[in-house]
Order: sequence, then structure tokens, then C-alpha cells
Amino acid sequence: MAERGSIIYLEGVTVDYDGFKALNRLNFIVNYNELRVVIGPNGAGKTTLLDVICGKTKPAEGRVIFGKDVDLLPLREDEIVQLGIGRKFQAPSIYGNLTVWENLDLSLKRASKGVVATLVGTSSQAERDRIGQTLETIGLGDCAQQRAGSLSHGQKQWLEIAMVILQDPQLIMVDEPVAGMTDKETEQTGVLLQSLAEKHAIIVIEHDMAFVRQIARTVTVLHEGAVICEGPVDKVQADPKVQEIYLGHRKQKNAHAAAG
Amino acid sequence: MAEPVVTVQGQRQAGEGLIFWLSGFVLLVGLPLLNVLPDPDSWLHVSDFALNRFGKFLCFAILALGLDLIWGYTGILSLGHGVFFGFGAYAIGMHLMLTIGTESVYGSALPDFMVWNQVKELPLFWKPFYSFGVALAGAVLVPTLFAFIFGFLAFRSRIKGVYFAIITQALALCAWLVFNRNETNLGGTNGLTDFKQILGFRLSEPGTQRALYILTVLFLGAAYAVCRWIIRSRAGRVLVAIRDSEQRVLFSGYSPANYKLFVFVVSAALAGLAGALYVPQVGIITPAQIGVLPSLEMVIWVAVGGRGTLVGAALGAVGVNWARSVLTNYFPELWPFFLGGLFIAVVLLFPDGLVGLFTRVREKWLASGLWVRKSPASSEHNG
Repeated sequence: MAERGSIIYLEGVTVDYDGFKALNRLNFIVNYNELRVVIGPNGAGKTTLLDVICGKTKPAEGRVIFGKDVDLLPLREDEIVQLGIGRKFQAPSIYGNLTVWENLDLSLKRASKGVVATLVGTSSQAERDRIGQTLETIGLGDCAQQRAGSLSHGQKQWLEIAMVILQDPQLIMVDEPVAGMTDKETEQTGVLLQSLAEKHAIIVIEHDMAFVRQIARTVTVLHEGAVICEGPVDKVQADPKVQEIYLGHRKQKNAHAAAG
Repeated sequence: MAEPVVTVQGQRQAGEGLIFWLSGFVLLVGLPLLNVLPDPDSWLHVSDFALNRFGKFLCFAILALGLDLIWGYTGILSLGHGVFFGFGAYAIGMHLMLTIGTESVYGSALPDFMVWNQVKELPLFWKPFYSFGVALAGAVLVPTLFAFIFGFLAFRSRIKGVYFAIITQALALCAWLVFNRNETNLGGTNGLTDFKQILGFRLSEPGTQRALYILTVLFLGAAYAVCRWIIRSRAGRVLVAIRDSEQRVLFSGYSPANYKLFVFVVSAALAGLAGALYVPQVGIITPAQIGVLPSLEMVIWVAVGGRGTLVGAALGAVGVNWARSVLTNYFPELWPFFLGGLFIAVVLLFPDGLVGLFTRVREKWLASGLWVRKSPASSEHNG
């Protein structure tokens, strides 16, 4: 991972839902091997930001560049995944009727994920080893043959993170990973994400400020679809604009001035 | 800890294989032998009529397998499979109409209904169906191609869930309307019937019907093998994954649209095959057999048998149709109520169908402890 510069680059991105600007000329850059936490009040556009990067939502205007020069806007979701962008959703989305092992096996990065390739494909020993290791990493080694639907909430969250890891993404996007987790699970998730940050760029959306302090290096604050503040946790928390937003003072003009 | 689970799976697979070969043997060898050998008055005797009727049920079972693939495994409800069945049935029906020749009521080389409708010349699209090969290929390829185009447009536009169900139902209604029109030149409301022979064999001969029955069993076996191969492959797990979380499948780098198209096309081809085998055995195909209602009934077969299990789908198709032919004998007007009641019962009481019910009962029985002594683990313990 000797690449330098930005892994994801958004410039002037606007997403317009019938007049409501979920993202408003947003500029957002994440570099290689960076762990970035995005916070902001409800409706700030955090999830929309991830939707734009992974191709689920197409912006009305703006540019989205992956790596050096790959334009993501014309690509389909599965094509963007194959480029190396993985996403974990807010509510755990796993395959409840398949076993934990099968969940991971389907997610593993493979040369082709077309119909014919999966009809005739078998797992190599290397692939099985890799799934086995990942199972140990997320502490589900004993549950490999269990139906994934029978896992606990926290285990499902980890399973989905593992599924994303197995895709070998260069950029991992995680939407509220610790929602509904116990304190212990939250802490373990933090450790997991930090260890992943050694090899991947990660964008984490989170509300839990204790968790943010545990993992964050750089924090981006979104408000009304634009970045209003960016920097280390302490600096962001001390920022008067951020405090205003979270305390609910409605000084929108200031926020717009900062965003513009 | 993982090992016992694998063993149970292995046992289940072995059990399934046993059921497959056993039922295959009964259907392929047992019933035809009981048809031919015993004295017609013996209670063992399977009449020509019974065998023929069973052949019809097995055609439906082929269709149910495909429907289960798309609905039971992939979670896409299609209410238009009667159309694909109809394409297959009409393709073979058209060939059979042409082979009637001058044996027809009006003695014309044209099919009777054309004479009746004062059509002077055979329409162009009928001409290829003089060839049995073309008709047979068409019976599978026409529904395949049609499903490909229809599915391509629907799945690319990400039409799913109840919307897909509705447009396929609309498709069934459209097909019914089109096939009903005399101007379509497919026999209108009366459909195609009065067939005499297939490849030179008289359809009225019990031997011909027996051969068609055996052919149907063989095709059912092949269809089952193909479906099982699909669901046992990684692609099969992708299908289940699409049912569980399509979004996750998309964001794992698969194109759900392609997989849905694939499974839709396979199920349409099986429906076409079922239609092709159905027509020479039943001797008639009309628009009433391909419209909205029959398409709905097909879904009920799969629901009753147990969706998500191939055996269940086939069992449901045979069982419901058997019940139908028995019940309509005694209480003709009660059948719709029975069918509706059955569907409600399945939805409320045993959502996994008969197979699911059986599995639940067996699990209860195993859990009750009566079975424990025979399990290998405890026998080792005793030894």
C-alpha cells in the first residue's frame, strides 16, 4: 500500500430529493490508510454520502473519483464493489437462511461473480483457509455451520463486517457499526476497526461519541449536506459551530457560511 | 462441534437420494408394470386412465420445480407461469393439429377451427410446426426467449416484490386474451384438440400413452437433477441470498438482476417442457389452462407442498391435483372453496408446506427422546 493521495474524492456533490438537498455541494476527501469518522445530526447527509460513493444514489451534480482517476458516477453498484469499495449497512444485512460459512463464502472476492462462474465454481483450499481465519478474527469460529439468522445482534454486525473484509476492499465504509451493541461488544468492534485501518481506508459513520473518541483520528462533521468542520476529535468537539449544531441552536446562516 | 452438523447434513442428503431413487423406481417401473401385468380386475391393477392421469400430474410437477426455484429459493413470486406452460403446450399442440391431416371432422388439411373460421390458407407462423423437431424446440425455446426478454426488462428496471407479481399476472391476463381471439389463429376459446397421432403413433393407444408417461417421468427426473445441481452450487446460495438480502448481494459484487434473469428463464423453460409433455397426454389445450387462475393455482401447489424444497414442490403439484381430480368427482362445485381453504390453511398453519410440517413433526419426535437409543453417538457411549 504505497499509494499516496486520495482514495476517494468528492467535489461539489449535490443530491436533491425533490427540493431537499441531502448533500449540498459537498467536498469530501479521504486518503489511503486513513480511518475517518463522519458525525452529524440526523438528516445531515451521512448515509447519503455513503450511498453516493457506493453508487446507490446518483448525485445531481458533482464529481466522485476513486483512487487516481476512476470516475464512479457511471458505474453500477456491483461494479463499484469489484473496484474495491465495500460497505457495511446500518441494520445488519446478512443472509439469515444460509450458514455463517456460506455467508462468508459468497462474500469472498473472486475473479468472476457471474452466473456461470458461480454455477461451476468450487472453493480452493486457500479460500477455505482465508474464510477460516476470518471466522477466528471475528470470534465466530464455533458458529461456522450455524444459520446466520440465529446469531445475536452483535454477532450479525461482526459477520457483516467480516463479509465486507473478505471482499478485499481498499475502502471500507461502515454505517453505525455499534448501534445496539453492548459496551464490551462496542469496544471489541473499535479494536477490530483499528486493526483493519492498518491495511484499508475506512469511513465510519457513528453517533456514539465515546466510540468516536476510541477510534477516531480525523473527524468530519456534516450538517445539512455539507462539511462544517474537520479535524482531530478534541478540536472538533471544541468547535463552537459544532456545539451549536448539537445543542440545537438554529443559526443556519453561520453554518452555511462555514460550508460555502 | 461442526462435525455432527455435517453428519446430519450428510444423512439428510443420503435420505434425499434414497427418496429420489425409490420414487423414481416406483414411478418409472412400478406403475407401468402394474398397468401392464396384473389382471384388469385385480386390485393391484393401475388402469390406463389412472396412469394417464398420473402422467398429467407429473407434468405439473416439472413446472412446480421451476416455480419453486424462482419463488421458493429466490423469493420472486411469478403469477404468470401459466403463460410459459401455454407456450410449450401450444407449440406441441400446433404440431399435433397439423398431423391430424384429413382425418379431421371437415376432412380438410387445415385444422378444423380454421375451416370453421373460414381461414383459407395456413397462416405463415403455423408452417414450421409441420416439423416435430421445430415444435419440440419451440416448446422450450419460445418460453425461454420470451422469459429472457420480459425478465431482462423487468429485472433491469429493478421491478421486484409485489410489483413483479402484478406485472406477471397482467402478462397472464394478456396471454389469455390474445390466445382467446379467433384472429390469433390458435383455436380461440376452444383451443387445440382432437389430436390423432404423434410421430405416427396413435394417441388413443394405451401403449403410446404409457410411453408418454415414462417419458414424463424421465424428464421429471432430469428436471429434478438440474434444479438440484443449481441449488447445490454457489449460484444456488446466491439465489437464497437474494431472497434474504438483495442489497447485500448487490454490495458483495454480484448482479442480482442477472441471477434473477437466469432463474426466471430456467423456470420458464421447465414450464414450457411441462406444457409440451402435457398436451399429448391430455389431448387438449385451451386458453383457460394458461390464464390468471391456473397461474395462481401453480403457486398454490408449491405453497402446499413446501416452497424452498424441490421434493415439496413436486409433491404439492401431484397432491393438489390428485385431490382435485378426486374431489371434483364427488363434489364438483366445492373445489374452488377447498383450494382457497387449503391455501389459507397453508399460510396460517403450516407456512413451510407439507414437507415443512413433516420435518417439524419428525423433529418433535426426535426431540421426544424415543429415537435416542439408535443415534450413533450414544451407542458409542454405551459400547
